Amino acid sequence: MSFKITVASGKGGTGKTTVATNLYWSLVKNFDNDTLLVDCDVEEPDDLLFFKNAILRSEVKVTQAVPEINTSKCTYCRKCVEYCEYNAITVIPPVQYASIAPDLCHSCGACLYACQDDALIEKDHEIGLMSGYDVGFGKGLLEGRLKIGSAAQTPVIRRVKKEALDAASVILFDAPPGTSCSVVTSVLDADFVIMVTEPTPFGLHDLKIAVELIREMDLPFGVVINKAGLGDRAVYDYLEDEGIDILEEIPFNEEYARKFSEGMILSRIDKNYAIHYQKIIRKILEFKQQ
Amino acid sequence: MKTIITANGSDVNATLDPRFGRCEFFCILDEETGETEFIENKAKLQSSAAGTTAAETVIEQGVKKVISGDFGPKAKSLLDRFGIQMVILKDEGQIIANVINSITGK
Ligand code: SF4
Ligand code: SF4
Repeated sequence: MSFKITVASGKGGTGKTTVATNLYWSLVKNFDNDTLLVDCDVEEPDDLLFFKNAILRSEVKVTQAVPEINTSKCTYCRKCVEYCEYNAITVIPPVQYASIAPDLCHSCGACLYACQDDALIEKDHEIGLMSGYDVGFGKGLLEGRLKIGSAAQTPVIRRVKKEALDAASVILFDAPPGTSCSVVTSVLDADFVIMVTEPTPFGLHDLKIAVELIREMDLPFGVVINKAGLGDRAVYDYLEDEGIDILEEIPFNEEYARKFSEGMILSRIDKNYAIHYQKIIRKILEFKQQ
Repeated sequence: MKTIITANGSDVNATLDPRFGRCEFFCILDEETGETEFIENKAKLQSSAAGTTAAETVIEQGVKKVISGDFGPKAKSLLDRFGIQMVILKDEGQIIANVINSITGK
C-alpha cells in the first residue's frame, strides 16, 4: 500500500505548488526514490512548470459518458427533463426539439432510467487529459488537466487518482486550492494532509474553513506556514488555541521567491531551504510510525 | 405575429427586465391586436441553465421575436436555431407599455 500525502490550502497564492514540488524533490532525495507527484489542480495544473527537464511519457484522454437523445425514437414526453437534477436536458415538444448539454451533465444516469422509449444512448465525451512525465528524478509527475469549457473537475481528479493508485510507495497529491468538492475528492483517502497557509488575515480566514473541512473528514493533518515573517501572529494564535501541529515554517525570502517564479526547484537553490522540507518529512514519518 | 418582452412585473406598467433567463415575467404581445398576456418565468430560480429553460418557454409560445436586455450564449444559440429574432434594449428602466407602443406604432 502506498503512503499518500496530500498538499492542500484554503486559498490560492499561499505557495502550495512551491511546497508540493519541493517536497517531492526532498522525498525523492532523502526518503524514497519511489515517489510520485500527482497534480490534482485540474483547472490550473502548474507543477509541471517547475520541472525544466520534464519529458512526456504518456497521454490519455479522460472521458465521461453523457447521454444523447435519438430524436427518431424520442416521443418528447419530457420525463427525462423532470428526472435531471442538473437542468442539462432541453425538450421542446411543439417544435420536436430534444438535446442534452454535455457541460451540465453529471453522468448520474437518471434520465436513462426515466426514458421509456429507449431514446437515450450514452456516448463518451472528452472532459480532460491525463499526462505522465519523467522529470529526471523519482517516479515523475502525473497531471490531470480539465478540458477548457468542461465543469467535470471531480471525474478528472478521480481518473487521475485511480491511475496513481499503488503506482509508487509514496504518492504526493497537490490538491486544488479552496474547499470545493474537487478538494474533497483530492484529499478523501489521504494518509496525511499538509495544509499550506500564510500568516495573514486572509490566510487565517481560509485556513479556518479548510481545517473545518479536513476535521469533518476526520483526516490527520499538520500545517506548514509559508512566507513566515510576513503578516501577523493571528495564524499562530489560532493554531495554538486549536492544538494544531505546525509542521514547519518556511521564511519568506525575496530572492527565493523570485527564483521560484522563474521555475527553479530546490535542487538549484539555497541549501538552507532544503532543511525545511527535510523537517516536514521527518514530522510526517514520526506520525506514520505512531 | 407574437412577440415576447421580458418584464419585471405582470402588467404593462412594469419595466423591462434586462435579464432574459432570470426575468420575472414574459409579456406576450400579439402585434396585430395589441393584446398582452403575462406568464411567469419558471426558470428564474433555477440554479443552472435558466437561459435555456427560458428560451424553451419562448419557443413553446411560438413567438417570432424576443425583446430583453441581454441574452446568454446558450439561450442565444437555441433561439437562433428556431429563427427567433432577439432584440436587445439597453434602456433598462423602460415601461412595458412604451415598448409596446414603439412596436405597434401607436
Ligand atoms: S445523466 Fe443525469 S445529469 Fe446527465 S442528462 Fe441524464 S439526468 Fe441529467
Ligand atoms: S424521456 Fe425519452 S422519449 Fe421522453 S423526452 Fe426524454 S428522451 Fe424523449
